[in-house]
Amino acid sequence: MNKLFLFFSIACITSLTACSDGEDEAAQSEAEPMEIYTPKAKASPLGIGPITEEVTFGTVDPAMVAEGEAVFTQMCTACHKLDKRHVGPALADVLERRNPAWVMNMILNPEVMVKEDPVAKQLFAEYLSPMANQNLTVEQARAVVEYIRQYNPQSQQ
Amino acid sequence: MKNLIKLCLLLPALVVLSSCGGSGSENPTKGALNSNDAAEAVYVAPGEYDEFYEFFSGGYNGQVSVVGLPSGRLFRRIPVFSVDAEKGYGFDEETKAMLNTTHGFIPWDDAHHPKLSQTNGEIDGRWLFINGNNTPRIARIDLTTFETAEIIEIPNSAGNHSSPYLTMNSEYVVAGTRFSVPIPQKDVSIETYKENFQGMISFISVQPEDGNMDIAFQILLPGFDYDLASSGKGPSHGWTFFTTYNTEKGRTLKEATASQNDKDFIAAINWKKAEEFIAAGNYEEWDSEYVHNRVDEGSHIAISETKQKVKVLNAANCPGMVYFLPTPKSPHGVDVSPTGEYIVGCGKLSADLTVHSFSKMMTAINAESFETVVDGIPVLKYEEVVAGVVKSGGLGPLHTEFDGEGNAYTSFFISSEVVKWNVGTWEVIDRVPSYYSIGHLSIPGGGSMKPWRQYLISMNKITKDRYLPTGPELAHSAQLYDITGDKMRLLLDFPTDGEPHYAQGCPADLIKPNSKKFYKLDENTHPYAVKSEEDVRVEREGKNVHVYMSSIRSHFAPDNIEGIKVGDKVYWHVTNLEQDWDTPHGFAMMGARNSETLIMPGLTKTLVWEPREVGVFPFYCTDFCSALHQEMQGYVRVSPASSDVPLKWSLGED
Repeated sequence: MNKLFLFFSIACITSLTACSDGEDEAAQSEAEPMEIYTPKAKASPLGIGPITEEVTFGTVDPAMVAEGEAVFTQMCTACHKLDKRHVGPALADVLERRNPAWVMNMILNPEVMVKEDPVAKQLFAEYLSPMANQNLTVEQARAVVEYIRQYNPQSQQ
Repeated sequence: MKNLIKLCLLLPALVVLSSCGGSGSENPTKGALNSNDAAEAVYVAPGEYDEFYEFFSGGYNGQVSVVGLPSGRLFRRIPVFSVDAEKGYGFDEETKAMLNTTHGFIPWDDAHHPKLSQTNGEIDGRWLFINGNNTPRIARIDLTTFETAEIIEIPNSAGNHSSPYLTMNSEYVVAGTRFSVPIPQKDVSIETYKENFQGMISFISVQPEDGNMDIAFQILLPGFDYDLASSGKGPSHGWTFFTTYNTEKGRTLKEATASQNDKDFIAAINWKKAEEFIAAGNYEEWDSEYVHNRVDEGSHIAISETKQKVKVLNAANCPGMVYFLPTPKSPHGVDVSPTGEYIVGCGKLSADLTVHSFSKMMTAINAESFETVVDGIPVLKYEEVVAGVVKSGGLGPLHTEFDGEGNAYTSFFISSEVVKWNVGTWEVIDRVPSYYSIGHLSIPGGGSMKPWRQYLISMNKITKDRYLPTGPELAHSAQLYDITGDKMRLLLDFPTDGEPHYAQGCPADLIKPNSKKFYKLDENTHPYAVKSEEDVRVEREGKNVHVYMSSIRSHFAPDNIEGIKVGDKVYWHVTNLEQDWDTPHGFAMMGARNSETLIMPGLTKTLVWEPREVGVFPFYCTDFCSALHQEMQGYVRVSPASSDVPLKWSLGED
């Protein structure tokens, strides 16, 4: 008889915990509706990623340009041409349109950029092919920017 | 809410049922004690990681399965000795050479015993070795890439079963003949077994820097069946132990003829002594061909090398190198305890286990206390080497694992159970049923000096009613037991791939941090690699056409090719330009009579295609790579052999 009582007690406790857990979850899911994206009030012109400060341009650095060209040729040209749209946008004039830090963050952190940066999101919607993360270092990404900067004198300022 | 009410009603019902169910061992159909506790113990929440990697041999599928514990989830099947069309392994030009042997290209083998590399007797997480039983070979898998990096053929051998059972610093992996044969091979009557058949045990050195193997020396032994092995550790470091059966030297109806003797032997091999004989030049150099295949690190191309010579020691002429320990009833498994002192032999036709003592063995050897000499090899006296006998009460003992805390666990095939016993008192402590007919069992770190006492896995030969039926052929079954307490507890039952023999595991932290995410394009030295789309091209050399192609999400470059002719041999060299984790591309060519190939980021793979018909044929990416994966395709035009259509290629030109 005692054993039976014990089982009954366990059953009650188990039922109680199970039910209260369930109610908590239900309450939470009502409070936070899912899948509604609220854009940030002010998107940073720098984009989102490891580059959090403005990139300052000095005089064009030829060594950096040479490295940037090599990296661009190997890692980027499968999808980007400088003077025409390919899989992704043409890039010769990208620095006229975008902040250099934004370009570097798009190179270094594309997965987050296309999800959270409003401009990158829009570009992904237009081009559909994902911006591949080619795992460049910050220095390599900076060199690519230098190469593009040098390619198009309009963007040297 | 309805479900919640159901749950509330069901839970107490389960508690009542399992509490009243007694020990559970009487229940022949299920076996788990308390479903709720067991479920919690094996539950790995979505996105969380398992605690252990466990590497299962695939047995007759020739592969290795990578499974997580405690969940039992399968993460990957690594192709080793068998071709795998999914990955192009054994089909593409880079991996074909891995399966070369002196018998030619062998697309299959029977993979038995995975063993993780060790340093100071502890698992170090660098490499996994596994033996091919049918055409004697040993493979090394690199655990940074989970790919087969090397396969070495074992000459003068047949039935490489007692393998690889490496030494405590991975100095050697070993290989023994389960089937004695004429060595070297010759044309003789099988009836001359006793005169002409011999056994051979090989010690294969492992380079500590890169794991590369080579055959250091071989030891010629009497014509028994060398079944399983275990290398010494601690005080017994320098010795390796092999079970033998068929000391009767039967050649037919072995199930009867090989079971005549009351005792067979455990062969104790002093490999440090063998090294001395080699160093002193007391060996014969034999002409013995064997093929050694290795993947070149930079190009990822497998290269085969045929080697010609081995150093052979004749055990009968090398005093102090080999001794026989009499062991009852055709012993199968031999397992050295983590302390290195005890050598457990499982007489598979017996109820009892025989435990030999290494220190007693050394005393008997030093006293030269021999019972007899067989084929020039001293046989020690049973009563002078035996430390104890485990009176198990079970039937058909096969293998033993240790938990490092004084307990041993032995599988019993005939009585279908795991028996836990004390190392030292030889008393049986606990027993649990397996479902059904257990072969090997595994505790992560098993065979090393530091096993992790957490889980035990039984790998079973018979499945019957454990899962939903799938016709006459069933998946093999495995069970996971919790061994942290005094009593073993059944937690989980899961199907396995192929027919696992041994499995070995270790904590995930020993391997996970070193797992490679992609190959650096800069380091790709494949002669047909392209490092950017600027380099893609098509070149003709007579009937051979080389397509230097690249792939990235989501296109091939080039994707329009013309000028191929019937009778050409087209080499598709596809480089995956991606430089990120989990971005493979596949390449499949309509009508290719080999397979697809799957190209990891940064690598180059080559698929050969020999078109037989005129027309325009598509190729495409098989691995869903992006939202535009369905667009990742191209065309190749095939013209008649006599045509003069010029070779041309393009991408994105209208």
